[in-house]
Amino acid sequence: MKTANFDDRIKRSKSLLRFAAPQMFYPLAGTFAPWCLAVAAVLTVLGLWIGFFVAPTDAQQGDVYRVIFIHVPAAWMSMFIYLVMAFWAAVGLVLNTRLSFMMAQALAPTGAMFCFVALWTGALWGRPTWGTYWVWDARLTSQLLLLFLYLGYIALTQAIDDARRADRAGAIIALVGAVNVPIIYFSVQWWNTLHQGASVSLTRAPSMASAMLWGMLVMALAAWAYTFAVVFWRVRSLILERERHTEWVGAELAAHEGRA
Amino acid sequence: MKPRSKRLLLLGGAAALLIGAVAMVLTAFQQNLVFFHTPSEVVEGKAPVGRAFRIGGMVEQGSIRREADGVTVRFAITDTAKAIPVSFRGALPDLFQEGKGAVAQGTLGPDGMFHATEVLAKHDENYMPVEAQYAIDKARDAARTVQQ
Repeated sequence: MKTANFDDRIKRSKSLLRFAAPQMFYPLAGTFAPWCLAVAAVLTVLGLWIGFFVAPTDAQQGDVYRVIFIHVPAAWMSMFIYLVMAFWAAVGLVLNTRLSFMMAQALAPTGAMFCFVALWTGALWGRPTWGTYWVWDARLTSQLLLLFLYLGYIALTQAIDDARRADRAGAIIALVGAVNVPIIYFSVQWWNTLHQGASVSLTRAPSMASAMLWGMLVMALAAWAYTFAVVFWRVRSLILERERHTEWVGAELAAHEGRA
Repeated sequence: MKPRSKRLLLLGGAAALLIGAVAMVLTAFQQNLVFFHTPSEVVEGKAPVGRAFRIGGMVEQGSIRREADGVTVRFAITDTAKAIPVSFRGALPDLFQEGKGAVAQGTLGPDGMFHATEVLAKHDENYMPVEAQYAIDKARDAARTVQQ
């Protein structure tokens, strides 16, 4: 009866760490996910409205620069999600916690999606401004490598049937690939590239008009909220799938069928 | 030592080794990672000889000339220290302007003329409304008048 005791103990626990247990995180994620999605929807509408109707036309590029309101938040998110994925993979490897690996797996498809969006909108932006869809400069090449790392992580974790081995193999890709993220970010400083430098950074004042900056930041927050929402839902599915043999999942499903 | 401290140490050690290895590889490939060479590098002979490469910099003020055939353009790319004359047959990107960034791909002829097969515009990371750009241009002109 060890498991029953553990379930009781964890339900009475007041520590925040109790949410590291899948059966505690499952309802928490279910509560937060719809709110995150609502916030994402509101911020996306607000951000696009600022981007298309409030922000002024750029003196140099005209209206084509407005792709920045999708391109930059997507690119930021694609890099940040990879770092978070690597963080959870490292936590999983060191502490042997189940939920950390599930978090890493739940993040990967959204990161890959944002990475693809960044590359795609970048190509559409490059044609009218630079005069080409694609060049092999350090920034573009390292971002393409990021997409391959995401796809490689997803493919590898899906190819191995044993969940524990799949987690460990995927964690290695996540951790090794994390080296690429600072390379993407600093590529425009370290080498001369066709891609321009960062307009917004922590170390100096942003080099863009404030309405443009606000549009970009609101869209970035929308991307964060969207990521939280879909990752919470995805991790719930993963929890149910992996913990399907446990008592609490059985009870959860029985209660759900009772309601339906 | 607890097993988890051991795992953390192993992971930290592996990460440190990996970062070191990547840093060394990137330093070794430094030359191949540059997208373009500056005119000064070309004049100093640092650019590759006998094969195509890219030069990048500003399009020199007042240097754009169209040839009589209507499709050949001549201009100079400068990094404010040295300038390289470029000739190019074809359509230029919309953002290609005097005083703005550009990258040209092609080969350096024996006469010192760079024969470009492709010209790309490079824009900077500054975004501002038309009025702000107008104000900046006016202020710059005023400063120039005062200096003279």
